[in-house]
Amino acid sequence: MINENSIAVSTHALRKHFGGNGARVEALRGVEFQANLGELTFIAGPSGCGKTTLLSVITGLLEPTEGEVHLFGQNLTELSGEQQIAFRRKNLGFVFQQYNLLPALTATENAAVPLIAAGVKWSEAMERAKYLLDKLGLNGRSDALPAKLSGGQQQRVAIARALVHEPRLIVCDEPTAALDHVTGDKVMELLASTAVHPDRAVIVVTHDSRVFHYADVIAEMDDGEIVETKNMARKEVFA
Amino acid sequence: MNLIALKMLTGDRAKYLGLIFAIAFCTFLLENQTSIFAGILRRTGSQIIDVSDANIWVMDPKTEYFEQTKALKDTDVTRVRGVEGVEWAVRLFKGNPVARTMDGKFATSFCLGLDDATLTGAPRKMLLGSWERLREPDAIVVDKAGYLLLFPDEPLQIDRTVELNDHRAVIVGISDASAPFLSYPIIHTRYSQAINFVGRERTQLSYVLVRSAAGVNPEEVTRRIEAQTALRARTTEQFRWDCIRYYLKNTGIPVNFGITIAIALIVGTVVAGQTFYLFTLENLKQFGALKAIGVSNGRLTKMVLLQALAVGGVGFSLGTGMAAAFFEITMRKIATRGLVLIWQNVAITCACILLVIIIASLLSIRRVIVLEPAEVFRG
Repeated sequence: MINENSIAVSTHALRKHFGGNGARVEALRGVEFQANLGELTFIAGPSGCGKTTLLSVITGLLEPTEGEVHLFGQNLTELSGEQQIAFRRKNLGFVFQQYNLLPALTATENAAVPLIAAGVKWSEAMERAKYLLDKLGLNGRSDALPAKLSGGQQQRVAIARALVHEPRLIVCDEPTAALDHVTGDKVMELLASTAVHPDRAVIVVTHDSRVFHYADVIAEMDDGEIVETKNMARKEVFA
Repeated sequence: MNLIALKMLTGDRAKYLGLIFAIAFCTFLLENQTSIFAGILRRTGSQIIDVSDANIWVMDPKTEYFEQTKALKDTDVTRVRGVEGVEWAVRLFKGNPVARTMDGKFATSFCLGLDDATLTGAPRKMLLGSWERLREPDAIVVDKAGYLLLFPDEPLQIDRTVELNDHRAVIVGISDASAPFLSYPIIHTRYSQAINFVGRERTQLSYVLVRSAAGVNPEEVTRRIEAQTALRARTTEQFRWDCIRYYLKNTGIPVNFGITIAIALIVGTVVAGQTFYLFTLENLKQFGALKAIGVSNGRLTKMVLLQALAVGGVGFSLGTGMAAAFFEITMRKIATRGLVLIWQNVAITCACILLVIIIASLLSIRRVIVLEPAEVFRG
């Protein structure tokens, strides 16, 4: 049962154009999208259909050309630049396709970055990050630099970084694209078991159909529009 | 975030060391060249500074620097003594006799003839012997560098005999005179003896050394001397700066050092700037991730500035250490004695390095600020 309070993300008539005059590209054409708390929502579709642009606009990293984005009832476009940054810092966690870990920081330090950015004391941030890494099965590797970790391990660190400050929305951009099938499956399993929470929404952008069975909802995109939204029976996974 | 910024900086060892050494060598070159430049220019007035008992020099009106002398009349001393505010005035002779050892080794020297009665201008820093012995017949005091030029690899020893323009002279003391601009031996002797060494001419008085009366401004006394005698009168400090200005204007020294200093600055800026910019470019993805996570532009700017300051600080310290070590070694050598690392040059170099790293970081900061955080989603 979905009520208004359980809506984490909603967009209305969302448009995004790039370029101008003859080079104008319409990346989003009036997107109506919704992601709910406690659900794992996939945005799927072919390359270039606007998935990543939608994710960027939802997270406030790109300004929409038209339309509205509401995150937990807050209209993002009404917030100033600084307010958006603070909002993002508090409420959002990111998992990137290429992990984007800081190569000079250990796994623990990487996972602790959002806490440090929020002003948490270094020692406390490390303690919390390490606890989470242990929980994600990286015990013993917490002092390793990213270069010494496998792709799967690096993505676990990225997931830890996304979770460590307990955000209400986690966005994942092609989290399995750089991983082989087995590792990708494990990462999705981990994400489904640890990230999904009654008070949290998880949005995953992917075109990897092999992991669709982890989704509660799949929003199919094509040519800048949501063409179909499917409710799925998510595969149950346990932490 | 400061610690994260520093870890990002030091994480890439090769670039970090490259940056450090670029700044360090830039610092070393700047401090080294500017200090040598200042040291060489200071040498132009060494013999002026060494005369500590007088504070005013009186000379021919057209004299521009120490080596350029035209003899005054002997009566000029008396005229100067008559000026109000002059406590005392004595003669000083300057000539360039050739000093020759018994082994045949010879060198043109700076011979300073001091007032016979007072020995005003005698070297106060003696390494061996005593300047009071200048009252003895044929006595001279030679500086250590000059002694070693005439007697290479021999221990310092007094009561040795040399010839000055074929006149016998006995070394009664070895002084620690400041290094001159030219590496001539500095010889002190009595006035009457010096003119014998050089050869008598109609007039021989090079300078009149003056001490202004207590409580009278020396500059005021110079003005009075000039007004009453039509001679040129300069305080010790003024005369020393006259010499520096003369060499700056009439020699290629400033151009020579200027080119080296400019190249050090340009190369330092280009190398350090480019390396730092590349370092930032390579970390752009990480900065984008930090932006996405919620780190503000202000915070990222501070991080880049901290990285630049850290590189500048470490590089500058290392370079200054290298320069200090260089001068620590060279100041012990005869040829380069007196050349030291001057704190003013360290301060100026510090300002230059600050400028270099500000330029280097400005481009990097601009790239970080204009970076779209959404870039982070592009694989």
